[in-house]
Amino acid sequence: MSKSEAISWYRIQEMFRFQSFHMFGIIGTAVVIGVVAVSLIKRFGVKDVDGSAILFKPKESGWRRYLFGGIIFGFGWVLTGACPGPVFVLLGQGYLVMLVVILGALSGTYVYGILRSRLPH
Amino acid sequence: MIDLIKQPWPWYISGLTISAIMLILIFFGKSFGFSSNLRTICSMMGAGRRVKFFDFDWRAQRWNLMFLTGAVIGGFISSHWLNAEAPLSLSKATIEDLAALGIRFDGELVPMELFNLDFVFTAKGLFMFLGGGFLIGFGTRYAGGCTSGHAISGLSDLQLPSLIAVIGFFIGGLIMTHLIFPLLFG
Repeated sequence: MSKSEAISWYRIQEMFRFQSFHMFGIIGTAVVIGVVAVSLIKRFGVKDVDGSAILFKPKESGWRRYLFGGIIFGFGWVLTGACPGPVFVLLGQGYLVMLVVILGALSGTYVYGILRSRLPH
Repeated sequence: MIDLIKQPWPWYISGLTISAIMLILIFFGKSFGFSSNLRTICSMMGAGRRVKFFDFDWRAQRWNLMFLTGAVIGGFISSHWLNAEAPLSLSKATIEDLAALGIRFDGELVPMELFNLDFVFTAKGLFMFLGGGFLIGFGTRYAGGCTSGHAISGLSDLQLPSLIAVIGFFIGGLIMTHLIFPLLFG
């Protein structure tokens, strides 16, 4: 992540302004390889390291939680310029500002836990 | 060899690395999803006593916390020993758009005029970082995953919910970039 600058606040701005192929290339490559690999795993019934079959758990159906939650996450993604993984990579790089982001993210997660039963899913 | 690693990586190498990470985790019977760590940490801190959502055996998620620790260490290593000397090659159009918002492109990974503790503790800074973090935490759990869980793992498995979530990520991102940033920095 560090090395491809996918953790860069600037790159996220560039992506949402459609001014560079860079981020789309990263996500696109990962998804294309992922789709091929997952379908091969399914077709050939590949086993994991313990010898048990690899199962892909389908996500719960519905659309509200995915759309609403996704939009809220998108806001946070652009504000901080980082998604959850890169927040921690940036912390490792010495950006102490990320401690504030982590504090916010933990509170957000906690508040979701409280409100969960009252939200449309 | 080390020089090759030091340069910024092209997008296809990075994409390949990300899918390799996902496949390694799948091979070890796990799945690639980073944001569930936030729930795990809440649970570790005792949130399970008050809120049922956090009442689960977080020890089963220790492997993912190791992954998180690895991310921090990876960030440290790459910035201390594998740093490219050249400034970020941001597109000219983005540099101009940001300049119009009063954000100067300084060639670093992130704008240092915003990513410093003095700015963070202003109203705008708290909104950006504490508020942004809150939206990340709330949104990922509501959507049931972030870029790794939905955009990479979910789309690889051709799951419709993940596609809806990724469309949501982009709707939110586009609104923030094009409608709210001009108000925030205008």
